[in-house]
Amino acid sequence: MTIYLLKRLLIGIATLVVASLVVFLMLEVVPGDPARLMLGMNASDAQVELLREQMGLNQPLALRYLDWASGLLQLDFGKSYTYSVPVIDLIRERLVVSFPLAVIALTLSTLIAIPVGLFAAARRGKAGDTAAMAVAQVGVAMPNFWFALLLVYVFAVWLRLVPAGGFPGWGNGIWPALKALILPALALALPQAAILARVTRAALIEVLNEDYIRTARAKGMPMRAVMWRHALRNAMIPVLTIMGLQFAFLLAGTIIIENVFYLPGLGRLVFQAITQRDLIVVESVVMLLVAAVVLVNLAVDLSYALVDPRLRARQ
Amino acid sequence: MSLLEIEKLSLRIGRTQVLKEIDLAIEPGEVMGLVGESGSGKSMTALAVMRLTPAATQMEGRVTFDGIDILSATEAQMCALRGDDIGMVFQEPMTALNPVKTIGEQVAEGIRWHTRASRAEAEAQARKILDRVGLPEQKFPLSRYPHELSGGQRQRVAIAIACALKPKLLIADEPTTALDVVLQAQILDLLKELVRENRMSLLFISHDLAVVTEMADRITILRQGMVTECGDTARTLSEATHPYTRQLALASMHVPARVRPHIDETAPDTLLDVANLTRDYPGRRRSLFSRPEPVRAVDDVSLKMKPGASVALVGRSGCGKSTLARMILALDTPTDGTIKFRGVDINRADETAMRRARRNMQVVFQDPYGSFDPRHTVERLVAEPLHLLERKPDRKERRDMVGRALHEVGLSRSDMEKYPHEFSGGQRQRLSIARAIITRPKLVVADEPVSALDVSIRAQILDLFAELNQKLGVAYLFITHDLTVARAISDDVLVMHEGRIVERGKTSEVLDHPQTEVAQALVSAAPDLHRAIARRLQEQG
Repeated sequence: MTIYLLKRLLIGIATLVVASLVVFLMLEVVPGDPARLMLGMNASDAQVELLREQMGLNQPLALRYLDWASGLLQLDFGKSYTYSVPVIDLIRERLVVSFPLAVIALTLSTLIAIPVGLFAAARRGKAGDTAAMAVAQVGVAMPNFWFALLLVYVFAVWLRLVPAGGFPGWGNGIWPALKALILPALALALPQAAILARVTRAALIEVLNEDYIRTARAKGMPMRAVMWRHALRNAMIPVLTIMGLQFAFLLAGTIIIENVFYLPGLGRLVFQAITQRDLIVVESVVMLLVAAVVLVNLAVDLSYALVDPRLRARQ
Repeated sequence: MSLLEIEKLSLRIGRTQVLKEIDLAIEPGEVMGLVGESGSGKSMTALAVMRLTPAATQMEGRVTFDGIDILSATEAQMCALRGDDIGMVFQEPMTALNPVKTIGEQVAEGIRWHTRASRAEAEAQARKILDRVGLPEQKFPLSRYPHELSGGQRQRVAIAIACALKPKLLIADEPTTALDVVLQAQILDLLKELVRENRMSLLFISHDLAVVTEMADRITILRQGMVTECGDTARTLSEATHPYTRQLALASMHVPARVRPHIDETAPDTLLDVANLTRDYPGRRRSLFSRPEPVRAVDDVSLKMKPGASVALVGRSGCGKSTLARMILALDTPTDGTIKFRGVDINRADETAMRRARRNMQVVFQDPYGSFDPRHTVERLVAEPLHLLERKPDRKERRDMVGRALHEVGLSRSDMEKYPHEFSGGQRQRLSIARAIITRPKLVVADEPVSALDVSIRAQILDLFAELNQKLGVAYLFITHDLTVARAISDDVLVMHEGRIVERGKTSEVLDHPQTEVAQALVSAAPDLHRAIARRLQEQG
């Protein structure tokens, strides 16, 4: 078990190192001089050269990489080219929106998907299954921004239950902030739930053909109890895998939804940084996401071991 | 009044008629054997009594258990019966237990469900029944998971689950088919004891007449979904008046007529020479810092085979016989020792020599279903080893060779265009034999080649092996835990135990007068129809 986790941890660290190299080199080969960008088109060559010297851009590649990487380790991502503020401050500001949004969306999606998956698998091939999977199919196919607009129309414009957009910040109490996040979270969660429900159903149907399900039925437990007690946990591994992938996506893949709801999240930060050639911000957010993916994968690996005792025994 | 009474039960799954008007009655405390070949409807009869048949099943007739009409009972009534009044043990112990729950949870679960006992009470009761089935607390605490147990131990857990609430009827569907003979004997004894102690009735399902004779007071024989005969076990089988009963009994005692090929015992040439062979596998790591102890699967094994000889390698599951076979086939590398095949050391041979060796050495596996790619035609499957020939045969030659091989194993040339699913289990095993002999090998290694087959098919395949031995002069190394197979087909036998060969000699001598404890255990555990019938007749006086 310990060895299993240590191995996973080492693989995670190796992934981070390789990713940092790739990110660093990619931005090296992208045309455009950060110093000139910061100073504008009218700056003299001497000014640019001076800034380059200050920013350390004239040092050898390897040295600059080490400098940048050691900065990352201390959460010092450097200064934004456009805003001239530490990148970490920008990210922190956005993360307090994006992280809760991702967590709420994933929770909602799980709470919807697993019961639907159970329901459909228990009625495999019957009307309930067909209906649930048809709805899920629509959920997968429907663009989430359109669904977001629909939600805004119903809950914000028509019922006036929640604001249509914007984020008041956590300083004004938890409730207003949560209210601002609930619609975007729903808009993100439903398409994810549709995918997750299909995965859950497929995994459950496979498990239901196993011999131990028959053993459990022969003990006299009704199908419902067998589903919850025996089938679900055995079907969890593919479900957890998909959930891990979805969480990583939810953290930053939400540019469109953040735009629809006018939320100051990570997705919009990256989007703006790219259009403004603020490469250091792009670099930093990408590294942050890589780290998040690695962490989530570690958590998923750990959860596999919690679900399945055979993995705990294996090295 | 009978405890279970099945009257004119017909069962269809979709459009397939599985059972046709079968009758069967079990008295309280009686052991009823249900015998038949695969596909005869034995398992479906059991599932019908439990009402755990597949979704598209339609049933007609009457099934009465303890006064309850099973076919018209509500699902809630059935749930109350299952696990409480009717317990069931299935064939495959490796997959019958939930891998993510402890054995304690799985045994206690049924107890709690039916008796509403507290967790502690149910666990105490689970502990008691696990002790009873031979899993004592010190070695098998409730917190064990199924993957930490062997097949035999898992079957004990399955029996504990089925018998936890002392059901009136226990149904055991091929409970020992997946186990080796020694384990089989232990599990059968356990079942007999439990049935006697708790005065349960037992519906014992098996394809093995000898096993059923040991267990059952009365016997029902099923064929293609119909009951052909029913009656007292010993009398039915010893008189064997019904032609199908006689056919089954003869097939299960079948010994192929073998004309011995000319093996010159003094001839200097040796086909296979295995010397001091050892194979270690890395063991399980106990802690971060200590090196894991290796597990020795094969331990200093030496053996020689003459051309055309037929040798059986027998032993219990896990004794290392398959590992040894894999090394002889050069599918696994020995840790130590040498294997010389026709004078060539197969672990140090270059590629050309190796191709020649592989051409002369082929294999037949146990599972005739798993060893073919279902998307390939028979022609392609059987022709597979031909790439080992010096010269690649052209299309016509290839078809001729496949056709001849098919003819030799009793199939027809026209079967070439078919796919594996169009063949029955026995025919598929013929296909794998055709594949093995197409390169005219000098040695065929056969790993449990008949243990997945019905008795009548098994007899035919054994005949085929004997015939090819004589016709082609091919030598056999049979790997089996079944002594009847060893006796039927081999001249010499090697008994393997914990990686070592503990006894060797002429098959008849070793099997009639085993010297070592291991061989004696194997021989006395092997079910034998003659002996079983004689014992039963004696008991009945």
